[in-house]
Amino acid sequence: MKKHLDLHAAYQPQSFSFRSAEAVKDILSRYPEGRARSAIMPLLDLAQRQVAEDGAKANPPYGGWIPRAAMDEIARIVGQPPIKVYEVATFYSMYNIEPVGQYLVQMCTTTPCMLCGSDNIVKACQDRLGIGLGETTGDGKFSLMEVECLGACVNAPMVQINDDFYEDLTPARMVEIIDLLEQGKEVPVGSQTGRLNSQAEGGGTTLKDAKVRKSGT
Amino acid sequence: MPKLTIDGVEIEVAPGTSILQASEMLGVEVPRFCYHDKLSVPANCRMCLVEVSPGPPKPQASCALACADGMVVKTNSEMVHKARKGVMEMMLINHPLDCPICDQGGECDLQDQAVAYGFDRSRYHESKRAKVDPDVGPLVKTVMTRCIQCTRCVRFAEEIAGTPDLGLVNRGEDVEITTFVEKAINTELSGNLVDICPVGALTSKPYAFTARPWELRKTESIDVHDAVGSNIRIDARGGEVMRVLPRLHEDVNEEWISDRTRYAHDGLKRQRLDRPYVRDAQSGKLRPASWEEAFSVAAEKLLSVKQGWKAALVGDLCDLESMVALKDLMGSLHETNLECRTDGAFYDASSRAGYIFNSTIAGIEQADAILLVGTNPRREAALVNARIRKTWLNKRVKVGVIGEVADLTYPYEHIGTGPADLENLIKSAGGFAAVLKNAKNPMIIVGMGAFQREDGLAVQALARQCAETFNMVREGWNGFNVLHTAASRIGALDIGFTSKDGFDLGKVELVYLLGADDFPMEYINPHAFVIYQGHHGDAGANRADVILPGAAYTEKNGLYVNTEGRVQMARKAVEAPGEAREDWKIIRALSAYIHRQLPYDDLFQLRERIAREWPHLMQIDQILPAPWTVFGLPGKVAGTSFVSAVQNFYMTNVITRASLTMAECTKVFLHHDVAEAAE
Ligand code: SF4
Ligand code: FES
Ligand code: FES
Repeated sequence: MKKHLDLHAAYQPQSFSFRSAEAVKDILSRYPEGRARSAIMPLLDLAQRQVAEDGAKANPPYGGWIPRAAMDEIARIVGQPPIKVYEVATFYSMYNIEPVGQYLVQMCTTTPCMLCGSDNIVKACQDRLGIGLGETTGDGKFSLMEVECLGACVNAPMVQINDDFYEDLTPARMVEIIDLLEQGKEVPVGSQTGRLNSQAEGGGTTLKDAKVRKSGT
Repeated sequence: MPKLTIDGVEIEVAPGTSILQASEMLGVEVPRFCYHDKLSVPANCRMCLVEVSPGPPKPQASCALACADGMVVKTNSEMVHKARKGVMEMMLINHPLDCPICDQGGECDLQDQAVAYGFDRSRYHESKRAKVDPDVGPLVKTVMTRCIQCTRCVRFAEEIAGTPDLGLVNRGEDVEITTFVEKAINTELSGNLVDICPVGALTSKPYAFTARPWELRKTESIDVHDAVGSNIRIDARGGEVMRVLPRLHEDVNEEWISDRTRYAHDGLKRQRLDRPYVRDAQSGKLRPASWEEAFSVAAEKLLSVKQGWKAALVGDLCDLESMVALKDLMGSLHETNLECRTDGAFYDASSRAGYIFNSTIAGIEQADAILLVGTNPRREAALVNARIRKTWLNKRVKVGVIGEVADLTYPYEHIGTGPADLENLIKSAGGFAAVLKNAKNPMIIVGMGAFQREDGLAVQALARQCAETFNMVREGWNGFNVLHTAASRIGALDIGFTSKDGFDLGKVELVYLLGADDFPMEYINPHAFVIYQGHHGDAGANRADVILPGAAYTEKNGLYVNTEGRVQMARKAVEAPGEAREDWKIIRALSAYIHRQLPYDDLFQLRERIAREWPHLMQIDQILPAPWTVFGLPGKVAGTSFVSAVQNFYMTNVITRASLTMAECTKVFLHHDVAEAAE
């Protein structure tokens, strides 16, 4: 059973406002008159990103999540009762409605990744960070979260950290990635073995002599 | 008009009719959970699956599929049974199957349909989901493990009640119905959630664990807690009313009732007058007496006080028959000091069109502009408000308010607060005046708040002028409406239980109170002799010198005329407690003691007497259009604002004041109001 959320919890900020009225207006302008309700999803995303920006500068840091005050504010903006926003926010796993760490590591454990060893990746993370799935490190840097297939099975096993995919992982590489992120260093995204997109391992095998048609010709 | 075949029978239906509705017309039963004919159609329970050809070779949800020409529908094929069995099995996976301790047992859709489509054992061995039961207030009890996520409650709260506090959060196995941020569902219609929930997830809190449906004796009757005259069913066991449920009447309450109607009945068990009392001359205290003694004392005073110095007042809950009997009794003494407008309202009772809800409640749906004057219909008549909301939902009817600002569950334009604003509206051309002018069926609803003031008669004249200015009254449409708050009022006005020139309550020497409690007793001459006849020990009984214990609305047969002028018949569900008697009988018995025996021996003869003088009062459940004549008294109006006649929805009469449930609601909801306002 999912944990019961506490929207009255002490960590909930009392108020929330969007930093960029411009961005809000832009989102609202995408939908026809009287259909502002459709803007709930992009606005939730905007709120989550704004919190993430603040979180990166805070000490201890935190990641993007959506406080109740933000949901209430969105409800006000789109002219809907708050419950309608809560419904949407709780439905999608990409919206975090509780605080998370600065780096949210979403670990795929669905069948293809599992067959390619995702269990070991999970274990490596847990050992390295000393936390379990659904938990956040004490310094606020990392959260682990188990998710279902993220659609990169070809390069399994994989994880998603904030907005980026990290594919073709090994337990050792996973630990390295965490080290680098912890030190604030760059990590290349995508395949960690250097393969191009989802080409076969070891390079392309077919259509080697095909002439690439330039666009427009 | 599409023509189709359902189970081999041909039927032609209006375009847009769903297969489920068409089947119903043929008397073919299709099981359903999420579909409800007064709510929107989400088609999420899948219980109503049928086989349709032509079309994809899979079962279809009949509630959401419109009939098309040439369709062949099977509601009983093997495929259908298999599909429904599958749906049922899925539904029961997480259902606790705790029928023995569930209040819905015996009247549960899931229970019934599991008999038809369920297996006798489960293939599911994992643990069932657990849920947190949200606390949604003192009226509705939640046991969310039983919920099948049909979302009827969510749709009811959003569409009918207009208080969208409920939602379906999370997803998959984790979905749950909740208010999310814990709070009470603040609507006057919350009890209906109990009725529409097809399982035992939402049940009645006060009724919890008290009775099983098959033990109850069911009586079809009429409600008296407001002037709507909701059709109800009273469920009783032995001498006790266990619960009150709505009964379908499309033109009055549809299939809803307000929480006061549903939950105030526990007040019928407390503070009852179950024997006569007489005030002791020496001690000045009330002491129990026999009927004989009480009658003798009352009769002696009735005969000794001179003509012109006696008065009779009737309260909010009286049945028509007892009021007629009382009028006859006073008439036999040549007494004309009669009054029913005990709430301090001043209005002209000489023209019926001037005091009834002419458009009828169902007629609200025809209106395209509504002006509310001095009324908060949400508190005064929750179902009239629900009708306005329905009209707003269907066609965005324009509503204007002159009076208090309050959340009415639909948007409105606040035009002003007092009679002067009404005057200005009549004179102006733009704004809401233009809306009324351009409307096809404009309507004005005047509440008691507009009349409960010194200038009531002038306000009434102003309202009439408004109706005439905006062309609200014409052949086939009468948009002038008065919204009453008392179930007895129209009946009393119709039989002329009013005094033309008024009388001074502070001067009369004898006052007969028939269930009249809702006015300050200090108005009565402190030396006057007071006879109180009624069912609760409230203000009137406190002041009384003789108490004649009467019957409450659940304990007698009687007629009530609602605010539309619709006469409806209430039926006796239980016996009155102790020595209490039906009211007309008490008056009839008393008449013998003053040697002016009333000429009727049973209710039938009394009704015959009524029919002779007021034939329209025997036209049960009919609406007779009232002729439009002059009423009101044009004059100067005061500058004060209108105040709604009902401030606390949960406390309006002697029964609600004795009800613990209503006291609890007052605490939770009114306190909640205060907390919200402070935020
Ligand atoms: S609580 Fe009842 S009405 Fe509401 S979704 Fe669940 S089963 Fe349906
Ligand atoms: S199974 Fe892991 S990305 Fe698809
Ligand atoms: S009744 Fe048709 S899907 Fe629920």
